[in-house]
Amino acid sequence: MALPASSIAPAANVLEVQGLSVRFRTPRGPVLALRNVSVEVPRGSVVGLVGESGSGKSTLALAVMGLMSGNASITEGSLRFAGRELLGLKPQELRALRGDRLSMVFQDPMTSLNPVRAIGLQMLDIQYRERSLSLAEKRRKAADMLRRVGIPDPERQMGRYPHEFSGGMRQRIAIAMGVLERPELLIADEPTTALDVTLEAQIIQLLRDLRREFNTSILFISHNLGLIAELCDIVVVLYAGEVVEQGTVRDIFHRPRHPYTQALLECDPARIAEVHRELPTITGDVPNLLRIPTGCVFAARCPSVFDRCRVEQPADYPAGPAHLARCHLLAERRDG
Amino acid sequence: MSAQPSDALAPVELIPEAPGFLISIVRRLRGDPLGLLGLLIVLTVIVLAIIGPSIAPYSPFKIKVPERFMPPTLLALVGGGDGVHGTFSHVFGTDNLGRDVFSRVLAGTQIALGVGGGSIAIALVIGLMLGLIAGYGPRWLDNFLMLLFDSIYSFPTVILGLTVMTLLGPSIPTLMFVVVVIQTPAYGRLIRTATLATKSSEYILAIRSLGSSPGRILLVHILPNIIGPLFIVASMDIPSVIALEAGLTYLGLGIPPPAPSWGRILQEGFESIRDAPWIVVAGGIPLILTTLGFTFLGESLRDLLDPKLRRIV
Repeated sequence: MALPASSIAPAANVLEVQGLSVRFRTPRGPVLALRNVSVEVPRGSVVGLVGESGSGKSTLALAVMGLMSGNASITEGSLRFAGRELLGLKPQELRALRGDRLSMVFQDPMTSLNPVRAIGLQMLDIQYRERSLSLAEKRRKAADMLRRVGIPDPERQMGRYPHEFSGGMRQRIAIAMGVLERPELLIADEPTTALDVTLEAQIIQLLRDLRREFNTSILFISHNLGLIAELCDIVVVLYAGEVVEQGTVRDIFHRPRHPYTQALLECDPARIAEVHRELPTITGDVPNLLRIPTGCVFAARCPSVFDRCRVEQPADYPAGPAHLARCHLLAERRDG
Repeated sequence: MSAQPSDALAPVELIPEAPGFLISIVRRLRGDPLGLLGLLIVLTVIVLAIIGPSIAPYSPFKIKVPERFMPPTLLALVGGGDGVHGTFSHVFGTDNLGRDVFSRVLAGTQIALGVGGGSIAIALVIGLMLGLIAGYGPRWLDNFLMLLFDSIYSFPTVILGLTVMTLLGPSIPTLMFVVVVIQTPAYGRLIRTATLATKSSEYILAIRSLGSSPGRILLVHILPNIIGPLFIVASMDIPSVIALEAGLTYLGLGIPPPAPSWGRILQEGFESIRDAPWIVVAGGIPLILTTLGFTFLGESLRDLLDPKLRRIV
């Protein structure tokens, strides 16, 4: 179940993920990496996707891009981009969207640029669709975008290879490539995880500026709650392949309703007011996705667990105008 | 890079601009005497192969039995020379039929380079295409090509060469065919493995996320990343092909007489090694030098073709 679009913003959604399930074939059996995931990205907004490692954040991103590895398949659900169903599109139709209306920035800028191709050429490559532009115009467009993301003297830098740039510069270049064709949706998969804190702040500022300037919607993937709070409008909390809670930044950070979200926020070192000897943690482990528990996925670790949680999978209960949580506690409260 | 406590768009310090590709090659070679030596030898061999026939003092086939086994100039100088036989007129001496060894070695250069370079180039192109297809194409095609490569691989080189040469009859095209059949699987496997490793790298994923087509990804992005090692292996294979040609010819199954390939010069020299040791020396030294030259050049090329190793001076 997803939020009605009108409850968040009047504009249409640029991305609508409905009931998406993704299965990986592995030697030990099928792994359901995503189960019944529904996420909406309203036009012009930044949606944060937060969760632990292995919760399915990157799988969702790659599923939207149509770039999942060979052993992964979408078993059910739908992916609508700008009103158009992506599932079932021919590879070349999907390719026509990628880099043009839909693009992605990856985690590690040290490995996400082709090492043997000058960055200027790589930026010209992206513009292969624009037959009406001359080479000089394409070069100028690439240089303008590099300048925009903070690469000084881009005309000279375009002849250089990725290894001649530092990590922060490379991530700017990767972002410049991602937004070169002014995409409607940019997926940023932990774009600052490999960078130090100062660079992180610069990149976040850059993404915020670009979003305002180009009206690009951003699906921002991170496990850093501070960054999510700073950049995003809407937050989607993913746990073990399921969306356990979603809502506005204010909802999630001030009125978290799902025990997992609450625990996650308590564990954020930046939010801990008192000095403890040990950092708080969520006890227990993420469930093995080879054998998904029958009830709530969080039941084994939940401090407020009760009988119903272990037998029945909770539905998405509304907790506010644009706030959903997949937890039986909300039903209890409503019923009781 | 050092962190900068300034606003988001502050320029960050830059590494000084790198020199152009050609300049960096020259600079790099200046600091790499072996590579330079290899380049010089290879260039010399190529030049000799081209201009050889026009600078050869005699025809490599001209038989003059009365002038057989004339010692080379160097020996004539040491021994004072006996003007009667005009030893100074044959730089490397003459062989058992009185043919000028120097002219034959020069003509052999052309054969060696033509057979070695030509067949390696053909094998390289075929191996490259099949390797890329195997690495990037569907699984069944990969399995099929691997089966093919492994089958050829499982034959011992010399036995395969001997069999084919015996069945088809010794000639230059047959010899080149043998080399192509033997070498193609090696290049195909090399390229396939490199393609497999590269296609799952994050930058290929990033490039795909920007909408590049499979053909473009393969030729523009994967190929330049993996072709370096292929050139090195191929340039180091040229001498072993020349040696294979010499070996097969020595066994009488390579290039038929009277063509003056180095292998034949060696074979004929061995028969008279006690009377005229210079023939073997004159046939062997070019073989050794060419081998070394291509090997040194190959090593040097490896560094040059990899921009990560290219020095920023």
